[in-house]
Amino acid sequence: MAALLTRLTDGAPRRAVILLGILFATLVVAPWLVSDYLVTVLILILYLAYCGQAWNIMMGFTGQLSLGHGIYVGLGAYVAAVLFTRYGVGPWFGLLAAMPVAAACGAVIGFLAFRFGVTGVYFAILTIAFAEFARIGFDHLGIVNAAAGLFLPVAQYAHNDLWRLRGSPTMFYYVILAATLCAFILCRLLITSRIGYFWLAIREDEEAARAAGIDTFRYKIYAVTISAAVTSFAGVFYAFFYNNLFPEQVFNISQSIQIILGPVIGGVGTLFGPLLGAFVLTGLAESLNSALTAFGIDLPGAEQVFYGMCLLFVVVALPEGIWPWLARALGVTERVR
Amino acid sequence: MTALLSLSAVSKCFRGIVAVDRVSFDVAEGALFAVIGPNGAGKTTLFNMIAGAAIPDGGTIAFAGQPIGGLTADAVCRRGVARTFQLVRPFPALSVEDNVVVGALLHRRSVAAARDRACTLLRRFDLFDKRHQRAATLTLPDRKRLEVARALATGPRLLLLDEVMAGLRPTETDRMVATLRDINRDSGVTILLIEHVMRAVMALASRVLVLDHGVAIAEGAPQTVVRDPAVVQSYLGQCYRENEAV
Repeated sequence: MAALLTRLTDGAPRRAVILLGILFATLVVAPWLVSDYLVTVLILILYLAYCGQAWNIMMGFTGQLSLGHGIYVGLGAYVAAVLFTRYGVGPWFGLLAAMPVAAACGAVIGFLAFRFGVTGVYFAILTIAFAEFARIGFDHLGIVNAAAGLFLPVAQYAHNDLWRLRGSPTMFYYVILAATLCAFILCRLLITSRIGYFWLAIREDEEAARAAGIDTFRYKIYAVTISAAVTSFAGVFYAFFYNNLFPEQVFNISQSIQIILGPVIGGVGTLFGPLLGAFVLTGLAESLNSALTAFGIDLPGAEQVFYGMCLLFVVVALPEGIWPWLARALGVTERVR
Repeated sequence: MTALLSLSAVSKCFRGIVAVDRVSFDVAEGALFAVIGPNGAGKTTLFNMIAGAAIPDGGTIAFAGQPIGGLTADAVCRRGVARTFQLVRPFPALSVEDNVVVGALLHRRSVAAARDRACTLLRRFDLFDKRHQRAATLTLPDRKRLEVARALATGPRLLLLDEVMAGLRPTETDRMVATLRDINRDSGVTILLIEHVMRAVMALASRVLVLDHGVAIAEGAPQTVVRDPAVVQSYLGQCYRENEAV
């Protein structure tokens, strides 16, 4: 445990570690301080931060743009939900099945793309295509109730059942908080290890990486596989939190776009970017919604327009994302990566 | 003594244009071997074939007795052949140190060990003080040295240098020549370089091969080769001979 802590904090500015500790402590006590409504907003933020962190392994670390990460969310959600509703298998065992399924799917997509030299924009299009295949496929798949949707039984919560993930939003909040922390730690461990250096080299210049002896095909496959497996937990969480699954929702391109907005706005390739981006984006969007409601204004689509404006602002004013700028302001810049 | 690198009748065509035409030569272990020739003579194509970036259309390339023609670039590197690029390609957003760490990790599991090795190399190439800068912020001479350091970090037996002196000032060239000579002497790494800067070739190479229009027109000790009438005619020009004579 101590060794892990040393490993995690090694090379990080002291101030960053302290700030991270304060942030985590604040998040731990948050449910006691805010309303139930805000807890569900925080759940959404952490959910997006978690997904963004997983997506970042592919794009931020390895430079492979996936615009179809919804496929891994959907696979995770459906595998766990089907196992639960049909066979009574709990979500944690479901996760043990969901992760390999999503990982295998990622490996296949990666294999097909990288084997045939599909890169850049074409790779991104391919990831969209696979997510669309999955959406249309699940729309016609009887075992998951096709387009009619899959529903998890909702009972009155007498008590929180962590083992079966049935309970109050507060319980879900702590689950997703723990998961986000785990994803953060995992990414920090990955990026400071051998595989992380190789990923960064591939991101920077694939041909030069190959000239340095890196089997770029293999390491890109690793990136997709790990990213997919990590993302699948978000799907399991999604299924058990919302209790309903429709292919049109989980596999939808808007789900995939939602995942990448956080890290893009927060800072692609940074550890804090996904978290910060999710906070800024969802936080501001929710404030906007509440403000509109308070003034009795009904503006459908205001949220989407707001997302678009945020994205425009960041692309123009802070092309590296908010975090690198904020980190400099706070004096907690990570070592150059 | 068997050669470390042995090319036999290696050819490469691009749509009917013969870029490299049945070139054969041997590089002995520990040698400093230079390939010179006018622009478009096929030097870089030859390099790319050795480094696995291009596949030969004919002939064989053997490294340490094993055929390597047609292997991928990363596989060639893992066997002990490291290269630099004519147009330098450091990893721009990574720090100078991390650029070299990536190379050093090829045969090391531990990042800490790779970092130690990287620091040793950075000191050798006078880049230690700049190790925390982004590679993109370096000047061209620094980037060239960084490329050599990264290539050496992979622990090669053969180092392929593609015009590392181009664009350097004479004093920087002399510094690079001295560093390469030291490395060759200390670690015994064989160096094969493509070079236009004759000052560096004459100072460094123990053996020179001259390519012209894809054909090897001369091979031998540098002093002999520069006096070869065919080489003077196709590449060096009459002026070089006269300057040398002075």
